[in-house]
Amino acid sequence: MSDFLQAVSDYSPYLWEGAQVTLALSGGGAVVALVVSVLLGLCAISPIAVLRVGSRIIVEFFRGTSLVVQLFFLFYVFPLFGIDLPGMWCGIVGLGLNYGAYGSEVVRGSLNAVAKVQWESTTALSMSWSMAVRRVIWPQAWGLMLPGLNNLMVMLVKGTAVALLIGLHDLTYWVEVMRKDADVGLWIAYGVGFLLYYLVALGCSSGLRLLERRAQRRLGLAPSKTRTTRATAEAVA
Amino acid sequence: MEFDLEFALETVGPLLMAFLQVTLVVTVAGSVIASLLGLIWAVGQRELPTPIRLPLTWVLDVIRMTPLPLQLLFAVAIFISFDGYRKFPDTDVETIGMILGVAVFAIHYSTYMAESYRAGIESIRPGQWEAATALSLPRARVWRAVIIPQALRATLPSLGNWAIAMFKDTPFLLVILVPEMVAKAKQLGGASYQYTEVFTVAGLIFLAASYPTAVLMRKLEKKLVY
Repeated sequence: MSDFLQAVSDYSPYLWEGAQVTLALSGGGAVVALVVSVLLGLCAISPIAVLRVGSRIIVEFFRGTSLVVQLFFLFYVFPLFGIDLPGMWCGIVGLGLNYGAYGSEVVRGSLNAVAKVQWESTTALSMSWSMAVRRVIWPQAWGLMLPGLNNLMVMLVKGTAVALLIGLHDLTYWVEVMRKDADVGLWIAYGVGFLLYYLVALGCSSGLRLLERRAQRRLGLAPSKTRTTRATAEAVA
Repeated sequence: MEFDLEFALETVGPLLMAFLQVTLVVTVAGSVIASLLGLIWAVGQRELPTPIRLPLTWVLDVIRMTPLPLQLLFAVAIFISFDGYRKFPDTDVETIGMILGVAVFAIHYSTYMAESYRAGIESIRPGQWEAATALSLPRARVWRAVIIPQALRATLPSLGNWAIAMFKDTPFLLVILVPEMVAKAKQLGGASYQYTEVFTVAGLIFLAASYPTAVLMRKLEKKLVY
């Protein structure tokens, strides 16, 4: 146990540095992903055909090609066209677009899951499309989509480890350094790594879980893990 | 900057080779093992006594919530610490990397699949359990003959979706230097500095393989679940 504490305290500045990169990628990626998923999700149910088709193509493109390929495009190919993003921005944009595409499926699914009568009643009240979505549909879909977005958030936190591939010194990098340089043994080095990632993911997930409870209480729904798992699997495919 | 179509076409061959030899092998072997392991976890979480079940649940949660690259590095580090490369002198490094990769992918995705199995098992009406009890079937038989066949119907599409997700994660094998398709693309791109072409081809191969599978899974889902 003392070995463990010693190793952690010796390497804590580096681990903190790595954790900052991981947190920045998770936070930035989550913000971009949320914006992308809301935009694409709304486009997917809009009455304008061009927007629907466009969003479909974008979503299938980002879900079909792998995250790593997309990241390499941002990191290796874009500079050839004169767009030279720093590694951190590549990571944030790449993660955001990729998980945003998955997220948009969750958003679309939830918007579609709102009862048809709700749409009909907005027509009866002669609301415009944007007003109907803003005032009636979205507030109800929000509670439905949070569990799915929560699972994606955990996947995004794990996805931040791709940073390693574009030379960012994130948590994974420093755990590997700690394993190689310090005489701490691999179980301790990786144990710390797994624990830190677990805590970051758990933190994000519990935060969203709170939001979800609040939203579902306001809708009078009970959370269901079963539905969530399946919805996420669908979005990921 | 022009797109060199000729070079792009040249890279299709080697990339497709790497795709068939590594990416596909890892995904197929990984998903078969993962679907078996996932079933074991899911049944275990209902059958095992609490002192074993709780640690198992926690371990599965940690595996689910930590990144694949870290787990891949961990697997290699364990292998090295057992002096693995010297114990298997006849096996080449790439094969060892692939076996480790399959193991890590299988374990990682089995935790997701376990959730899907659980969802399937939970969707079975309690009457089925009661009927099995009324017939005083042995526990193993209840699972084998009553629960699992019914649960599988609801679970299969979800399993397929996780297999597709696994497929899209195979480029992570890069971190343990397994020469899968994207690693190959990076190498070819680095040699000629024509990254645009190689990554476009790699992306298209991914798209060509994963999109039809995803559509197929959606069809299967409609057929099985509803």
